[in-house]
Amino acid sequence: MKADAVMTPVSHATESPKWQRFTLGQRSARYMVYLIIVMSFFASLRTVEIIPEFLLDAPEQLADMFRRMWPMDFAAYPTTIHGAMLDTLHIATLGTLLSLILAVPLALMNANNIVKSSLVNWIAKFFLVASRSVNSLIWALLFVAIFGPGVLAGVLAVALRSVGFVGKLFSEALEEVNMGSVEAIRATGASFTSVLIKAYWPQAKPAFFSILLFRWDINVRESAVLGLVGAGGIGVVLNDAMNLFQWPKVAMVLTTIFAVVLLIEFIVVQVRKRLM
Amino acid sequence: MATIVDRQNPFKTSLSTKFLWLGLFVYLAYAFTTLDIGWDRFVLGLDQGGRLLDRLFPPNFTRWELLLHDLIESLQIAIIASVAGIFISLFVGLMAARNMMPNVISIPVRVFIALCRTFHPVIIAILFVKAVGFGALAGILTLTVASIGFVAKLFAEAIEEISFKQVEAIRATGAGFISTIVFGVIPQVFSRFIGFSIYQLDSNLRNSTMVGIVGAGGLGGTLFSAFQRFDYDFVTAILLAIIALILVGEALSNLVRRIFQ
Repeated sequence: MKADAVMTPVSHATESPKWQRFTLGQRSARYMVYLIIVMSFFASLRTVEIIPEFLLDAPEQLADMFRRMWPMDFAAYPTTIHGAMLDTLHIATLGTLLSLILAVPLALMNANNIVKSSLVNWIAKFFLVASRSVNSLIWALLFVAIFGPGVLAGVLAVALRSVGFVGKLFSEALEEVNMGSVEAIRATGASFTSVLIKAYWPQAKPAFFSILLFRWDINVRESAVLGLVGAGGIGVVLNDAMNLFQWPKVAMVLTTIFAVVLLIEFIVVQVRKRLM
Repeated sequence: MATIVDRQNPFKTSLSTKFLWLGLFVYLAYAFTTLDIGWDRFVLGLDQGGRLLDRLFPPNFTRWELLLHDLIESLQIAIIASVAGIFISLFVGLMAARNMMPNVISIPVRVFIALCRTFHPVIIAILFVKAVGFGALAGILTLTVASIGFVAKLFAEAIEEISFKQVEAIRATGAGFISTIVFGVIPQVFSRFIGFSIYQLDSNLRNSTMVGIVGAGGLGGTLFSAFQRFDYDFVTAILLAIIALILVGEALSNLVRRIFQ
């Protein structure tokens, strides 16, 4: 878009220079990208197996669902939902804390200004990418198969999914550290641990807590759905209510999740304001 | 002889920090007792895990036709949802920008974006599966909503950060509203918008392999049923396919990012 805004060709008679922001190669590369996107969009649209009639009565179906949901089942909150929601919060918090056991060493190994060996950097990067590319629901499926349904599977799923995220961002924060103070502390003859604690840590500390809070916020959202595959928390209640077509209870669960997510976001914003 | 002076530590930990640590430990102890996470259970699980690993390998690709069909469906869901979601986000994001629109428009639009963002895609998928039935359509709608929540929010923030001098200059030439947007606003935010869109395409690709767990099409459904039938060698094959899909997606998005810098 930007390219053709300045591309007006000028007649040769006036002999004024023709200004262009991008070279021909750049422009054609961009148009290729646009073309491929449009083509793959239409190709997918033509071949995807959907039944258009279903889309037409979607508003009706949605209205029907909301009508069944109302009035919400407030009575279910104290008996089942409250305890399950607390479990979900525990899963998110414990999972976030547990992820640090792996995330911090991997972040140190991944930061190329701490560990100079590119082999070690590469190994750490491999584990971080592997942790990130598997969705937390899929981690949960694996851990449910190993440890059986329950909270333990949820905590481990959240933890392993968070390792990649926290580790990557923390190692980026470590790489941005000002090396002056690191050299100064090294020059006093300090050991590796002292350099880590006194030179790297104070500079990376705000980023570290900010990353941790950010991930905690995401984990609360994610742990709310882990129960759908049996990994404990509010998702189990949601799944049961849906399988039994108890729509008023489903509505109550969704409202609870909504309220908790908003509350968590508010807390995170407040804490981050103090931290910065 | 040097005498050792007993100075006070200038960096003493403050009282509130100590309380924070104390609170953390109390919480950990409390959480562990309520959640019934025992060491014996963990050890028992490790044994189980060994057996699971044994059955996960070698991956079983004999049903590769089903795998390929689902893989293509996931890809279709991701592409259609990204294009639709990003296209809608263009308008929604513009309407949510507080410096371009009056409060009457921007506040309801911002609430709409916040609603799209609060729920996890899987929960939105559950609602759409109820509304439009099982299949790819529910997945497409889900990821479209998720894309709006992310791209429109960041796009609105990008528009709010633009320099207004260019907008005023365009306005001063007598340009109408649409020309002002096209020549004054879009050029300033275009490259960031491309960045968000690529990121969203990537994350839609990841999520399209997951929404199937609740019946919204793609690889997730097959993965979930393979798990439930203890078909663990097929599970490994599906997981390898998902990882390959994501790696290819990441490589492509890096390429596009390099083209647009």
